[in-house]
Amino acid sequence: MDALTHTLLAADVQDRGAAVEAYRVTKRFGALTALDDVSLKVASGSFHCLLGENGAGKSTLVKCLVGYHPPEEGSFLVDGREQAIRSPRDAQRLRIGMVYQHFTLAPGMTVAENLLLARGDLPLRIDWRREKAALAAFLDSTPFRLDLNARVADLAAGEKQKLEILKQLYLGQRLLILDEPTSVLTPAEADEVLGLLHGMTRDGRLTVMMITHKFREVSAYGDSVTVLRRGKLAGSGKVGELTTQDMAEMMVGSAVSVATAPRRRAADPERKTGEIRLAVDRLCADNDRGMPAVRELDLVARAGEIVGIAGVAGNGQKELVEVLLGQRSASGGALRVDGEAYGATRAELRRHGVFSLPEEPLRNACVPNMSVAENMGLRDFDIAPFSGGWLSLRFLRRGALTRRAKEWIEAFGVRPPDPSAAIENLSGGNVQRAVLARELSGAVRLLIVANPVFGLDFAATEAIHRRLDQARNDGAAILLVSEDLDELLELSDRILVMSEGSIAHQALAGYVDVAEIGRHMAGGAGHGAGH
Amino acid sequence: MSETTDGLAFGSLALALLGGALRVSTPFLFVSLGECITEKSGRINLGLEGTLVLGAMGGYGVSLLTGSPWLGVLAAGLCGVLMGLLHGGLCSLPKVNDIAVGIALMLFGTGLAFFLGKPLIQPQAPMLPSVELGAWSDDEQIRSALRINVLLPVGLALAGLLHWAFRASRWGLALRLVGDNAAAARALGYPVVPIRIGATAAGGFLAGVGGAFLSLYYPGSWNEGLSSGQGLMAVALVIFARWSPLRCALAALLFGAAGALGPALQSQGITAGYYLFNAAPYVLTLALMAASWTPGQTLAGAPGELSFTQR
Ligand SMILES: Nc1ncnc2c1ncn2[C@@H]1O[C@H](COP(=O)(O)OP(=O)(O)OP(=O)(O)O)[C@@H](O)[C@H]1O
Ligand SMILES: [Mg+2]
Repeated sequence: MDALTHTLLAADVQDRGAAVEAYRVTKRFGALTALDDVSLKVASGSFHCLLGENGAGKSTLVKCLVGYHPPEEGSFLVDGREQAIRSPRDAQRLRIGMVYQHFTLAPGMTVAENLLLARGDLPLRIDWRREKAALAAFLDSTPFRLDLNARVADLAAGEKQKLEILKQLYLGQRLLILDEPTSVLTPAEADEVLGLLHGMTRDGRLTVMMITHKFREVSAYGDSVTVLRRGKLAGSGKVGELTTQDMAEMMVGSAVSVATAPRRRAADPERKTGEIRLAVDRLCADNDRGMPAVRELDLVARAGEIVGIAGVAGNGQKELVEVLLGQRSASGGALRVDGEAYGATRAELRRHGVFSLPEEPLRNACVPNMSVAENMGLRDFDIAPFSGGWLSLRFLRRGALTRRAKEWIEAFGVRPPDPSAAIENLSGGNVQRAVLARELSGAVRLLIVANPVFGLDFAATEAIHRRLDQARNDGAAILLVSEDLDELLELSDRILVMSEGSIAHQALAGYVDVAEIGRHMAGGAGHGAGH
Repeated sequence: MSETTDGLAFGSLALALLGGALRVSTPFLFVSLGECITEKSGRINLGLEGTLVLGAMGGYGVSLLTGSPWLGVLAAGLCGVLMGLLHGGLCSLPKVNDIAVGIALMLFGTGLAFFLGKPLIQPQAPMLPSVELGAWSDDEQIRSALRINVLLPVGLALAGLLHWAFRASRWGLALRLVGDNAAAARALGYPVVPIRIGATAAGGFLAGVGGAFLSLYYPGSWNEGLSSGQGLMAVALVIFARWSPLRCALAALLFGAAGALGPALQSQGITAGYYLFNAAPYVLTLALMAASWTPGQTLAGAPGELSFTQR
């Protein structure tokens, strides 16, 4: 226990960030021990990072701390005193708040309404003029800027994330827990949000505990780290005293090489790319609100190349991918695959070997309450060897599906290794792996990928990048849409910059001027990441 | 025909439509406000047609028994509350679909009302009083057009009250939160299931009161053909009104006017296509639904938890 804590007056303690300790915490889900005897220490006013592979138990640990599901064994100490945290209300009483991995906002309501509802002790009649003035004063006391009257559905991801954080600050939290806060943000948005939070910890008013997969964020903002591996404590220390290499080794439990060198430094003029696999011709599409999002977009992807699409989120990338996958109908233009008209029907996908990894795979590429094996079979459950039988009645062969799922689970490291688990119970990263297994194991001729490594730990990121590269070398055409410019620079043969629904700029690998790309990403669109 | 008689005919047609709108719109108004409350909480109650008919029967019976039409209105509302509680309770069980329950309750409500209402077909119960807004005029046509039921101003005031409450009361905000994102409401400690049951019961109350209007004012008797689908049309009307109580009131008046088109034309001596014009509200329902539902676009203003807005 910290002697200083005792000498401070109670009121002083209340104005400072909370000091939190977890002591020998164990949490089980049935047969699975998600947390095994984990202890950790977070000093008051510090910025603490929690690292670990997908499924290591990071989310589970912080959910125990906020009373979402109390642990079987172990205890928590807040400001040196043991506290029973049995429900979110207990955590709220101790002024511990959490920003969840997914958003918990009411999309149809305004920023002001969302903030007010979080408070819980609303008066029967709400005097909006007074409340808005109070909210504006509160906003002024924080470094965050948001329009109180904006509808949440109209906010960009970064603004939603800010609102989630504001909601917690509004409740007067002394410890703020963030579960992968930047996985839905562009790098610029992430830097803005984390920078502001970091500033608040420097005043000592707030303690931050952040789960992340990005070493860059750890070294830029963290004071100390704790690393989990397969439910056990793998190590901890001060950020300044640990190298990225050390942290990576703690995460995987063996010596690793953190490859950061670009795979492709120069476009190889000798390298012959093949025939045109995907041709998009003057494509137009509307967004959910009926406004044009893709405008007369032209592009081609050839066999054996990775075409990267860069751009600030919200410039039509999502709609483009949805049209290519058949989730959205085009309002104009034409798509051709292998020179034939293409409408993303199941028959066409199969004939041309089109595969995809859309963003939010649990929503866009899975049936959440079906098992991992069933989800892995969604592409081909209706053809041999997974269906068949008498009189060609096409009975489903569950045994074959399960056997193959086991192979893929093994090959892609999906955890838990249980083909019959409902896919919605897997951790975010493991859902991603399960879908990738399905999409990368076939004879891929055209692959459409959107933000493939969102929420994945570094080892999985590396593995997926290797697989994408392998698929390209095997002759697939790959369209890679990503908000992470580093990822694009590392993988792409050509980079196209998308702005306001069309291609604003094109660059060959090795002849890329990053400043130029940045200009085109910001240019025209008018609103950057943090408007 | 001269121009003046033409103008006169048009004027009296407009007057007849206005009168019709004021007379017929009340059940639309009450049912749609009730459905609006329920849908704001994230559930659809398609059973309000049954609630309406049951309320009409219950209200008529109690008015006959006690001699007070106002007790009849209260009884109709209570019938609605019971139906609402039944719907809300059933839908709170795991894996129960609100639309299926609604359809079942629609059949249940009408069936029960027909069964219990057999002895009520003959006797005449005391009716609700009306307000003479047209007392200043000598013209009988104007007077009859402006003779409105007391429930109409009550309903219009209620629309205004709900509009305010959804925006600026604790209950309204909590209701909208539950209807917009149940997971978030749960995380913030709002009791999702009780709020939804309460909203469905309140919606049932209003639908029941709408039923009392049918049997205790216009047409003002109890029989099995009393409702012509007003309960179902009101559900469509809520969608058309984009879940705004004020627009619900406007749309209810519009539907009322459409319903009065047939009789109004008949009173002008135009009898051709009488049945066609009587179908105007249904055609209007279809046309408005088609117009307000653009494929591929999410409906602006729709509560996020409604089963048909979820993707
Ligand atoms: N509610 C649950 N029921 C059953 N198993 C669960 C549940 N929640 C988590 N698990 C399991 O516990 C383990 C740890 O999951 P957790 O979500 O804590 O991982 P994580 O470290 O946050 O991973 P990621 O980086 O992918 O988010 C996983 O194997 C997961 O499948
Ligand atoms: Mg997690």
